[in-house]
Amino acid sequence: MFGRLTIEAFKHDATQSMAVLSMLFGGVALISFITYLKRWKWLWNEWLTTVDPKRIGIMYIVVVLMMFLKGFGDAMMMRLQQAFSVGDSQGFLSASHFQEVFSAHGTTMIFFVAMGAVFGLMNLIIPLQIGARDVAFPFLNALSFWLFASGAALTLVSLAVGHFANAGWLSYAPLSSIEYNPGEGIDYWIWIVQIAGIGTTLGGINFLVTILKMRCPGMTFMRMPIFVWSCLCANVLIILAFPILTVTLFMLALDRTLGMHFFTVAGGGNYMMYTNLIWAWGHPEVYILILPIFGVFSEVVPTFSEKRLFGYASMVWALIFITVISFVVWLHHFFTMGASPYVNAIFGILTMIVAIPTGVKIFNWLFTKFRGKVHFTSPMLWFFAFLVNFTVAGMTGILLSAPPVDFQVHNSLFLIAHFHGMVIGGFLFGFFAAFTYWFPKFTGFMLDEKLNRYAFWFWSGGFLLAFMPLYMLGFMGATRRLDHYEASTGWHPLFILVAVGAVILFCGANIQFFGLFWTIYKRKQNWDHTGGDPWNGRTLEWSIPSPPPVYNFATIPTVYDRDPLWDIKHGKTAPPKKEYEDIYMPINTPIGMYIGGLSLIFGFGMVWYIWWLVILSFIAILICAIIRLSSKDEHELITAQQVKEIEDEHLRRMKSHD
Amino acid sequence: MTNTHAINDHYRNHQLDALHEETFSKTVFGFWLYLMTDCLLFGTLFCTFAVLHAQTFGGPPPKEIFSLPLVFLETMILLVSSVTSGFAILACVKNKQPQVTFWLLITFVLGLLFLAIEITEFKDLIQEGNSFQRSAFLSSYFTLVGTHGLHIFFGLLWLVVMIAQLYKFGITIETFRRLVIFSMFWHFLDLVWIFIFTFVYLLGVI
Amino acid sequence: MTIEPILLKIQKEWHGTYKSYLIGFFVSFFLTSLSFFLVIAKPFSNIWIIYSVIILAILQAIVQLIFFLHIGQESKPRFKTYFLIFSIFILFIFVVGSIWVMNDLEFRMMPEMSTRGSHTHD
Repeated sequence: MFGRLTIEAFKHDATQSMAVLSMLFGGVALISFITYLKRWKWLWNEWLTTVDPKRIGIMYIVVVLMMFLKGFGDAMMMRLQQAFSVGDSQGFLSASHFQEVFSAHGTTMIFFVAMGAVFGLMNLIIPLQIGARDVAFPFLNALSFWLFASGAALTLVSLAVGHFANAGWLSYAPLSSIEYNPGEGIDYWIWIVQIAGIGTTLGGINFLVTILKMRCPGMTFMRMPIFVWSCLCANVLIILAFPILTVTLFMLALDRTLGMHFFTVAGGGNYMMYTNLIWAWGHPEVYILILPIFGVFSEVVPTFSEKRLFGYASMVWALIFITVISFVVWLHHFFTMGASPYVNAIFGILTMIVAIPTGVKIFNWLFTKFRGKVHFTSPMLWFFAFLVNFTVAGMTGILLSAPPVDFQVHNSLFLIAHFHGMVIGGFLFGFFAAFTYWFPKFTGFMLDEKLNRYAFWFWSGGFLLAFMPLYMLGFMGATRRLDHYEASTGWHPLFILVAVGAVILFCGANIQFFGLFWTIYKRKQNWDHTGGDPWNGRTLEWSIPSPPPVYNFATIPTVYDRDPLWDIKHGKTAPPKKEYEDIYMPINTPIGMYIGGLSLIFGFGMVWYIWWLVILSFIAILICAIIRLSSKDEHELITAQQVKEIEDEHLRRMKSHD
Repeated sequence: MTNTHAINDHYRNHQLDALHEETFSKTVFGFWLYLMTDCLLFGTLFCTFAVLHAQTFGGPPPKEIFSLPLVFLETMILLVSSVTSGFAILACVKNKQPQVTFWLLITFVLGLLFLAIEITEFKDLIQEGNSFQRSAFLSSYFTLVGTHGLHIFFGLLWLVVMIAQLYKFGITIETFRRLVIFSMFWHFLDLVWIFIFTFVYLLGVI
Repeated sequence: MTIEPILLKIQKEWHGTYKSYLIGFFVSFFLTSLSFFLVIAKPFSNIWIIYSVIILAILQAIVQLIFFLHIGQESKPRFKTYFLIFSIFILFIFVVGSIWVMNDLEFRMMPEMSTRGSHTHD
């Protein structure tokens, strides 16, 4: 009746039980809060059934922030464990629990923080920067979000019911095979990543069509903001790389559930093929994460230098070059698996080449600031944190790209330090810059700048303390994923240092987290009085009210050059005429949420072998899809008169604030 | 911002016209991009088959388990069905609804026949003891050909829904659009089959 | 049932004709039959049959792309064509690269399984 699900799955050790209880408490608190405010209908109409990318983007960010808490918690547990678990002491986490923690940490951070943040930003910013009213496929957009949320939800379910995977964030075969890992953990991982991955692929198609087909008149490719270019490249990576992941996950599932022999030890299986396939996806994946961040800085740096981006064309070519190269370097993730020196050398050289376009971009940002009027706002501070940390980590990447060096430090803490420099120093600092920069656009008020600065200093200092010693530890022989080590290694002092660094990062994260609520509480003091352009921006998103009306642009702008808003503000282009037309917007639908929820049930059924649940939920998903795909195109009409009223109301509000 | 839905203003509204035209072109292009992801999907399966095809783990080689005449028959059935799906679109372009339904039904029957032959092939293999659990070669064979078959199955389901939609709504901007992308899907599946019969069956038997 | 004018406009731009589908069919039929014939009859050595059959497959794919999927007949900008070419390019790198890497690995790490099986190392 319940497959292999028994009461045992609900029994956990002390630490896990605490985590589960706090999660349940949080959920109950949230539901009570919404009920108390009598906001269920509002939640349903305005958020859960929306197809507006501005709303969907905010929902992505909300899930991202929640999952970031979870992933950060995993990190704190690991750092504390490693600070205490020396010699006779075994720390507070059992070995098997520790394995689940590092697997969950990586999976959560990559798929639900980083990917979610990328999609959140794309939803919020791309339509506005290209002068469009929506994305190409609004319903598909909502569906992508709900599949993403479903994966995140399944991750949280795995905390409470049974165990999560224990084979890292990529579940290498044959450790992940049914022979060596018969439990539910790997299956959770497979379906979590699979469901979220399908959402991502659909999103990639959506944003590609949006960028290619929905740019406003006059916006040729070479007049697009670089953020849009970087997302164009990231989406190309998504549509070409994610299918590889989809197939690889299916093959692993087939091995485990139907006894096939793709990656098994017996039967002629080849588990090295798993590593090969997973990294053929995995390498483009990390570029999917970082390219939009490069795009963010290409917006932030010019705005806060009051100077146009230096070397626009070379930025575009660098992005395209990185996109193509990212498909030919994947072997550098497994130099030590045993390929010949010839093979290793070729991939090593190709890997080094990717530093060139990246370097071009870094120099272009620096040249943008040269002789510009630089404002040291917090987004700009995050750029500096990125500049230093990403570049240093990038250089350690060049070290790693040499196979002889990699043989010494593969899977050591040196590697951990390198990629955390890329994802924290690169991705996360960029996301913080983006969050701070674009927050006023979607809320109408500013984040507290002082708190932002404190957060910046805590993150910068904490990051150095928490990750620089890891390079040393790597050279001293410390491997990754260690839950215990001997005192004679001499690693203990460094692990304590690193734990202190983690605590400082924790303080920084808390400042941001509570700072967000504090800002919302004090929003009346921080209203954006400029009517939508608090940073003196250069691109189209700053030309509309904050928060934007549902249709974004009352009149679709025509663009004559890059940085179109700058031209309007400096008299080179006429501002858009106030001639209003009827506007047709897509209507809300709950089907995206239904399919997401059903996918959650489907995934849960697959994990626990509850076949009737799997079949029923799958049929229900098909029915939802058929209903949706048999419906007539419907739109909501906003008359020209109503548009005029909305625009006039905004002007009125602006004047009353002065 | 609640308003009455403007469905009935279809015929006299130039903005909705522009919207429908845009939706058509975006949907066709978006579906093309989906087909590109399917290219990579099948590519990965082909790649895996290439790496694992020699691992029969003591089992019979491809020569002994594949029947070329049957594969030829399957290929021809699918090829004809690809053409008939094209004819359905041509009839749709001329707004001849009965013809559209006729060609869609033919396509459905041919697709069903293809699938029936393939399932029989699979069944026989399994009963002989050459199931997907026997070896890496058979796992990758069943999965590659099976994934194509699964795509055909969903195509058949789609066909049924389209025939029903045509019956209920007739030829509208929505049903036309959906038929166009269906035919793209069906042609694509025939394209993938070219590589399956070449690399799996023909080269396997040499 | 009245047909919407916008639908009529879109239908007018449709590229396919009965002629194109029939040409596609007969050429595909011919190329398929030739492939099967070569493998069954084996008129020349195996390696040449392999090359021929692969080339015939690629030719048939191109024929079907042009006559069934109307590649190259879209209006500018030709995004469909560009994406097709780029996807095939990446696919080629990934598939050929993987086969090369896995072959190399198999030779060095699993000599008892590889077709070039040997217990000596480079």
